[in-house]
Amino acid sequence: MNTHALIQRHSASERLNHWLVALTFVLAGLSGLGFFHPVFFWLTGLFGGGTWARILHPFFGAVLALSFFVWAGREWKDNRIVAADWQWAKRMGDVLRNRTDNLPPLGKYNLGQKLLTRTMLVAILLLLASGILIWQPWFAPEFAIAQRRIAVVVHAGAAFVALIGFIVHVYAAYWTRGSIRAMTRGTVTRTWARHHSADWYKKIAE
Amino acid sequence: MALQSLDIKRRSATTTPSPSVRKIPEVAKLIDISKCIGCKACQVACMEWNDLRDDIGTNRGVYDNPPDLSDRSWTVMRFAEVEPTPGRLEWLIRKDGCMHCADPGCLKSCPAPGAIIQYSNGIVDFHQEACVGCGYCVMGCPFNIPRLSRKDGKAYKCTLCSDRVAVGQEPACAKTCPTGAIVFGSKEDMLEHAAGRIADLRERGFALAGVYNPTGVSGTHVMYVLQHADRPTLYQGLPRDPGISPLVVLWKEIAKTLMSIGLGAAVVGGIVHYLSQGPNEVPEEEEETS
Repeated sequence: MNTHALIQRHSASERLNHWLVALTFVLAGLSGLGFFHPVFFWLTGLFGGGTWARILHPFFGAVLALSFFVWAGREWKDNRIVAADWQWAKRMGDVLRNRTDNLPPLGKYNLGQKLLTRTMLVAILLLLASGILIWQPWFAPEFAIAQRRIAVVVHAGAAFVALIGFIVHVYAAYWTRGSIRAMTRGTVTRTWARHHSADWYKKIAE
Repeated sequence: MALQSLDIKRRSATTTPSPSVRKIPEVAKLIDISKCIGCKACQVACMEWNDLRDDIGTNRGVYDNPPDLSDRSWTVMRFAEVEPTPGRLEWLIRKDGCMHCADPGCLKSCPAPGAIIQYSNGIVDFHQEACVGCGYCVMGCPFNIPRLSRKDGKAYKCTLCSDRVAVGQEPACAKTCPTGAIVFGSKEDMLEHAAGRIADLRERGFALAGVYNPTGVSGTHVMYVLQHADRPTLYQGLPRDPGISPLVVLWKEIAKTLMSIGLGAAVVGGIVHYLSQGPNEVPEEEEETS
């Protein structure tokens, strides 16, 4: 069998969905970081200054939430946690040291990816809900100041979790060689699939 | 921009020191509620000096007019009919507006560098040209004072007539008050003046008269003489013990610093992991046996 044969991992529509999420995440993230701490305020310059960043940020966020919910919905069936995932998690130390022999065969996604989907889902839901409470000038005036004070703390906390999730996700994609093409070209090599997603590969190969 | 006679003590969203070599005495406005007759001349003077004309509202059956502070009403008289002791009706009229806190919650919350500044004389001023319109100052204020304009999306409030004070004048409201209920001067002098008024009120039967200069915000540069200093909430909800909300402190001081460090640590963690462990590649032997 040709070891470099390619198999489809993400359809064009999945890829477009993913990159819409990625683009809006980066835009919302950079504009939001500008308000997160003074050391990041210069980032608002990327959007035309503080006022433009404030105006645009919630719209980036709203598109992000919408496109992420579509993404999570269509990927949910491959994100169910199964027994093999916990076997894999027990050998996390080996995984991080690139000692990948005799890891349990996994489905399309590993536990890290599945937990990331869940983490992002919760974080983005919280960001959306708290973001509406502080969205000037449209919705914020409708809410009590005491409610908005809770919302800003929730918004900052959820944004932190989402940003950590983002950093982990981007690094893991870079670290795990051969993964990025799954989301750019849509395909992975046969050996990649067998190595990282043996159960998924078996199903596809049938 | 700050005038030279108004040196900056603190600047919003700024992590380096503000120009602070020169020192000018702290100023304060003292509002003696026992002398206020509710004529609203201060409201008119404020409109006049600051070139503000609020929308004409509707009569709501009470004296409060306009009913609340707005982007164009930086001070309003709040009328309260109360019975501090049963059978004794009192009409308490409080001139509401920015208190110019020594520890301003608005400034702490503001994410825009230089949009809110505190002069070394104690005045807390909004610089609308740097304001981004996020409304965080509204959440930070313990007195519910700043208002976002529907017209331009900027936040506005009483400036304590920083432009007048800068050239040695008193605020327009103090200048115009016909009964001398509003006086202006150095904070030290105002506290001394208040002490005299309080002694007088106590003689006249207001045993618990006192000055309102709350320590929860490290004191204010607008102070009240209250006939009932033990019960500030009688005066249309003047907070008993105002302070910056613990949620705002958690958000602005603790969370954001820790989180910024956390984000940096995550990035460094990734770099260290990659350099020490290398990439996660499919082993060559697997490729061969496929």
